[in-house]
Amino acid sequence: MVKWTDFERATIQDIFSKIDYDVVGPAALSRCLIVYPWTQRYFGGFGNLYNAAAITSNPKVAAHGKVVLAGLEKAVKNMDDIKTTYKELSVLHSEKLQVDPDNFNLLADCLTIVLAGQMGAAFTPEVHAAFQKFLAVVVASLRKQYL
Amino acid sequence: MTHLTAKDKETVKTFWAKISSNGAAIGADALSRMLVVYPQTKTYFSHWKDLSPGSAPVKKHGATVMSGVADAVAKIDDLTAGLLSLSELHAFTLRVDPSNFKILSHNILVVLAIMFPTDFTPEVHVAMDKFLAAVARALSEKYR
Repeated sequence: MVKWTDFERATIQDIFSKIDYDVVGPAALSRCLIVYPWTQRYFGGFGNLYNAAAITSNPKVAAHGKVVLAGLEKAVKNMDDIKTTYKELSVLHSEKLQVDPDNFNLLADCLTIVLAGQMGAAFTPEVHAAFQKFLAVVVASLRKQYL
Repeated sequence: MTHLTAKDKETVKTFWAKISSNGAAIGADALSRMLVVYPQTKTYFSHWKDLSPGSAPVKKHGATVMSGVADAVAKIDDLTAGLLSLSELHAFTLRVDPSNFKILSHNILVVLAIMFPTDFTPEVHVAMDKFLAAVARALSEKYR
């Protein structure tokens, strides 16, 4: 069972109450597809992903970025049992979408970097640590149902 | 994975020219952050009195690390040869587990995103990520 300090809990709630999901989600996903191009393998039906400009302006990427953030919100609302909250999502990613779980870390890194860019100096080492701990729990929960 | 194209090198050199005067500050923040976010890295610095963010030893060492990165930018066309003595230092004297290079690289990228939000575009991000991975590989050359 994951233990959250008061600081960590408050920090995560605060971050997610302030970010614009419609900006952060698309920015993180498009950055992931650009920085780690092999992740494009999961998005064959998304049309033009030929270069950074195409990816950044691709409406399907943007829409899916928002879907991912909405998924993260579930974890934010259920911080004390992310594992159970994500059980079906984990099965979905492993059995239907067949995503290599190592890719979760790549998207998590991009999300961290996008958030850092947004928050600037407010993304202190302590806030950064809380956010990465949260993402680590999310990633571990998404990996849980893989067999 | 760590092959740098001509475009990558150009992107790195152009971006570095913009940010190099902030080298010491970037290094200090990246190192501070690493010690907080990845506490296992503190094991390499048990000889320091103060490991808190922005402390004197952290600032000093952050500057040292970034001057190494600056050197790598200058030697970008042959990192293996250019970083030979640094590789020997890390392999035989410091004996830093190479997995930590990736950790520090990530923290450098986070700091770049914070300090240069408009310049640190996805294109610059991928070039810098590849560059730091290439530096890490050159540093690992002499390990075994």
